[in-house]
Amino acid sequence: MAGAAVQRRLTWRVAEVAELVDETPRVRSVLMHVPDWPGHLAGQHVDVRLTADDGYQTQRSYSIASPPEAVDRLALTVERIEDGEVSPFLTEELRVGDRIELRGPIGGYFVWDVADGGPLMLVAGGSGVCPLMAMLRHRAARASSVPARLLYSSRSSADAIYGKELERLGGEGVGVVQTLTRMRPDGWAGYRRRIDRSMLQEVVWPPADRPLVYVCGPTPLVESVAEALVELGHDAARIKTERFGPTGG
Amino acid sequence: MSDGSLMLDGNAAAGVLQEVFVSDATTARGACASCGTIGEVGSQRLYMAPQSPGLVLRCHGCEGVLLVLVRRPGHVRLGLQGFTWLEIAQPDAPA
Repeated sequence: MAGAAVQRRLTWRVAEVAELVDETPRVRSVLMHVPDWPGHLAGQHVDVRLTADDGYQTQRSYSIASPPEAVDRLALTVERIEDGEVSPFLTEELRVGDRIELRGPIGGYFVWDVADGGPLMLVAGGSGVCPLMAMLRHRAARASSVPARLLYSSRSSADAIYGKELERLGGEGVGVVQTLTRMRPDGWAGYRRRIDRSMLQEVVWPPADRPLVYVCGPTPLVESVAEALVELGHDAARIKTERFGPTGG
Repeated sequence: MSDGSLMLDGNAAAGVLQEVFVSDATTARGACASCGTIGEVGSQRLYMAPQSPGLVLRCHGCEGVLLVLVRRPGHVRLGLQGFTWLEIAQPDAPA
């Protein structure tokens, strides 16, 4: 699983922005060409470093949303945090052709490769869907038949990231289940509450099927989902979590 | 959280730890000196405050302190008081 992609000294690289995609009013994907990118595993992240004219530097971590197979288009999906230092720049000021510094890939723990098998159960809240999308894109790129489901919580359908692509993946054998916690379109027949234990019981494979579970989102969501899964009888060793808090900035 | 500090997973410390250990430390397994629980660094609890120079890794079993890392210009101070042992994969190293 870990392998060569994580065994090296980290060095800063200069990436060139190739494409910008507005995913929602607050979320933008930044697709970059990174010279000599060493490759990555689905679920890993990068550090992005910005340097101001006066030399002040600040850095943030972002999950990689592109699959390992997209070798020349490294994608980060960034949510704008209103009082943040880095995300307003990345989502509003960055232009195609600009260069930014990044280092990675980083982290070999919260990763999934088709060889790890499944069933693959992904649970996301908000922009926590980004590293999980890298896993689904990797699965699709490899034409893997590992059973996969995504349970995705958003405030509204306008806030749901990768909407069209998730629809398409749904048609390609991924079970995509969305819950909209605050606003629903007319006629919405899906879930309309925060992810809870009974929802997990309905959507997640039973413990006997030993699903590999990846949970990513805000800390309270990750905490409650991981706890409920263990209560439902899932093996804690097969549940991997990635919490993100207000450091996103 | 009211004090601005933050509870994350050990995997959020991957970049900082990789600066010290060179290879990825989040897949390293360690034994907690307090309760004996064995787990991967990435699965432990990480506490850090935004913009702070330090981080604290605590055991997900007993909340005992496993590792403390403090950075200042030119130095990293690493306290490993809470690990009985830490096993780091080195697939490229000679046997």
